[in-house]
Amino acid sequence: MKKDLTLGAIAMLLVGASAYCNFYVAPNERTMGLIQRIFYFHAACGWTMFTAFFICFCSNIGYVLRREGRWDALGVSGAEVGLVFNSVVLVTGPIWAHPVWGIWWTWDARLTSTFVLWLLYVAYLLLRTLIEEPERRALLSALFGIFAFLDVPLVYGSIRWWRTQHPQPVIMGGPGSGLDPLMRKVFFFSSLAMHALMILLLVARYGLEKMRGEAEIIHRELEAV
Amino acid sequence: MKNLDSVFAAYLIGWGIFFVFYLTVARRTSALRADIERLKAAVNRGK
Repeated sequence: MKKDLTLGAIAMLLVGASAYCNFYVAPNERTMGLIQRIFYFHAACGWTMFTAFFICFCSNIGYVLRREGRWDALGVSGAEVGLVFNSVVLVTGPIWAHPVWGIWWTWDARLTSTFVLWLLYVAYLLLRTLIEEPERRALLSALFGIFAFLDVPLVYGSIRWWRTQHPQPVIMGGPGSGLDPLMRKVFFFSSLAMHALMILLLVARYGLEKMRGEAEIIHRELEAV
Repeated sequence: MKNLDSVFAAYLIGWGIFFVFYLTVARRTSALRADIERLKAAVNRGK
């Protein structure tokens, strides 16, 4: 309990400080102006979404290899938390796009692959509700989760491999790309804060999944009595 | 302050999504905890 409170306090402190930096520390972008400040939140959520789905992917592989319940619990927790970050990315992106592009949405490679990623993890969670037998549910969802993760490199690479309406990468984008040094620091700090929030949500969700496993065991015990 | 409303909306909706998710996890956890207590009591009664 004390550990959870400490983690929550650290995450909230980082998130609050990053929000302050996004608005008051980062310099104003010359062409876009104020609307560019969505970038620090939107892109940081995107990076955190990749981390959460990567945790899910590793857990899915862990379950396939070891068949231990804790990998399944971590897998579903990573998927759910990743989906939350994915949803934030899909909502904040169009809010930025409308004043800048004049349209809310376009079916370019980055936007489409991100939306497909969202659909894949919704399908992952739906699949889990359809199978009652715990071992079968864990194995099938782990296999589906490994397949779903194949879209992550596609989302990452889409703005590097194809010409898209979505802006080209400003971090790790190669020669000719880049970000103002202060903007870069604010962005990395925002990413750190989002990762702290992701860990907080992941711990809470993992705790719930472990309790669910405990409830299933007691249920079986009760049926045996 | 051009586009202030859009920036405000993006941050507010984003934080709202995180808050609602945390709230649902907390609610599901407390409901499950109550369920486990009920099940444990039923097991003890059966023994």
